[in-house]
Amino acid sequence: MLDTLRRVPTPEGFELTLRLAGPVARALAYAVDLVIRAAVLLALSISLPELVGGGAGLLLIAYFLLEWFYPVAFEVWWGGATPGKRAFGLAVLGDNGAPVTFGASVTRNLLRAVDFLPMLYAFGLVSMLVARDFKRLGDLAAGTIVVYRDRPGVRAAIPAAPPLAPAVSLNLEERRAILDFAERHATLSEERADEVASHATPLLRRGAPPARTLLSIANHQRGGRPI
Amino acid sequence: MNQAQFEARHAAEWRDFESWLDAPGARKEAAAGVNPRHWPHRYRAVAHHLALAHDRAYGPELVDRLQSLALRGHQALYGSRGNAMAAVIEFIGSGFPALVRRESTLILTAIALLFVPLLGLIAILLRWPDFVHYLASPEQLLQYEAMYAPANRALGPQHKAESQLAMFGYYIWNNVRIDFQCFAGGLLFGVGAIFFMIYNGLMIGAVAGHLTQLGYISTFWGFVAGHSSWELLGAAISGAAGLKIGWALIAPGPHTRMASLKIASRTAVRLLYGAAGMTTCAAFIEAFWSSLRNLPVELKVTVGIVFWALFLAYFLFAGRDRDAASHAD
Repeated sequence: MLDTLRRVPTPEGFELTLRLAGPVARALAYAVDLVIRAAVLLALSISLPELVGGGAGLLLIAYFLLEWFYPVAFEVWWGGATPGKRAFGLAVLGDNGAPVTFGASVTRNLLRAVDFLPMLYAFGLVSMLVARDFKRLGDLAAGTIVVYRDRPGVRAAIPAAPPLAPAVSLNLEERRAILDFAERHATLSEERADEVASHATPLLRRGAPPARTLLSIANHQRGGRPI
Repeated sequence: MNQAQFEARHAAEWRDFESWLDAPGARKEAAAGVNPRHWPHRYRAVAHHLALAHDRAYGPELVDRLQSLALRGHQALYGSRGNAMAAVIEFIGSGFPALVRRESTLILTAIALLFVPLLGLIAILLRWPDFVHYLASPEQLLQYEAMYAPANRALGPQHKAESQLAMFGYYIWNNVRIDFQCFAGGLLFGVGAIFFMIYNGLMIGAVAGHLTQLGYISTFWGFVAGHSSWELLGAAISGAAGLKIGWALIAPGPHTRMASLKIASRTAVRLLYGAAGMTTCAAFIEAFWSSLRNLPVELKVTVGIVFWALFLAYFLFAGRDRDAASHAD
């Protein structure tokens, strides 16, 4: 089954849920990085020869570092993401969900040379489609994955309604679903909201509008507390 | 205990942990006057609270908040840490030579792949000088002859900007990149690494043999002697790193191919650190020492031989005490 979620158990007994990033997001991030690198190199090639003698040598060293160590430096010292990856909310992690190590980052970035073959990351793309977890060859060797960074969990406001205790006790997933419904309520037409809410039969009372009932239960869950 | 009581009881702890997570890297290490063991302890407490919140069916918001705290704690505590400088010194002092001894079969294979074509070609060209025309065009040969002609003012490859710094940059960009390509080429079942080894051996051998039979001995050998050990051994070790990866795919042993690749890569990348370091030093020596024109060729060749001898001693003996210690474990 194609699954973009990867669950990693931790020694502390909870599971990390990581959302894996596919080829398209990663290619776009790469393109952004390419532009940044080209811009830096252009700026250096204009300014360096002016500033110091032997600018050509420094320029080649800068080119070398940009080519091979630009991704490594950002992945190791800037939260696992190059500026391009950051722009698309991506980050590189180890297979175990921990931050990527220096060795793993060097491995995955030097092996780009093979992922690039025969042209335009063709091997890397095939590997991503065939291997588990969208890994290119460098990721396979280094034991790394590229995931979406979760945004900090800020919950949206929900429409106010008189709180109402649910008729049956709800588990976590069900409570989550009701809150999600309340948060998205504003984007639905009244009829559609009622239609969606009408599936929650055990919670509804005869005669009361379904959507309003679920909003009341959601307000009860929030307990009238500020968000 | 209901959810409100639970939150009230632990809110301060969570805020405390959160502010530690928000602190930038360096400040995390030295959170004023707090025992460093405090944070792992806090982290486990949060993981425990998360489990409790799940189990007691507390609200999704609380569960999400604890989940995010636990996740960030995991990221902060499981990251690589430690003294990078100490690790580098340890690697140069004992880790790298010990690693080279452990992987001696691969290293010797890579040395053979590089040196057999190299030395063989020199021998062939000394006996049959015209053989060089199978390997290089007349224009290329003229270029090399011009670089090392005894009448030259400066030695070695010449480019528009002839400062030593410019050459240093060029050698880094070109030679270290070749190391990286050897390493990466290993992923093609070792074929890429083998190709680069033999190809580089042939190219170097062709130039060396051709210039030697022309009699450019003091200029050519005087130029290459100083950095030869650094550069050739560095190239061979990066090739060995590629072979390590290739061999892991060909003969994975008791592991799956994927697992075998992952395990071998961890060793191979350490070989590559050493190789890239050596090649970088070679670039430095090549730019700032080998290109000096006014020194007697005997001195330059002697320095070259001393480097080779020092490398032999380094790879044979450095870090032996640590080998013994690790075997005793």
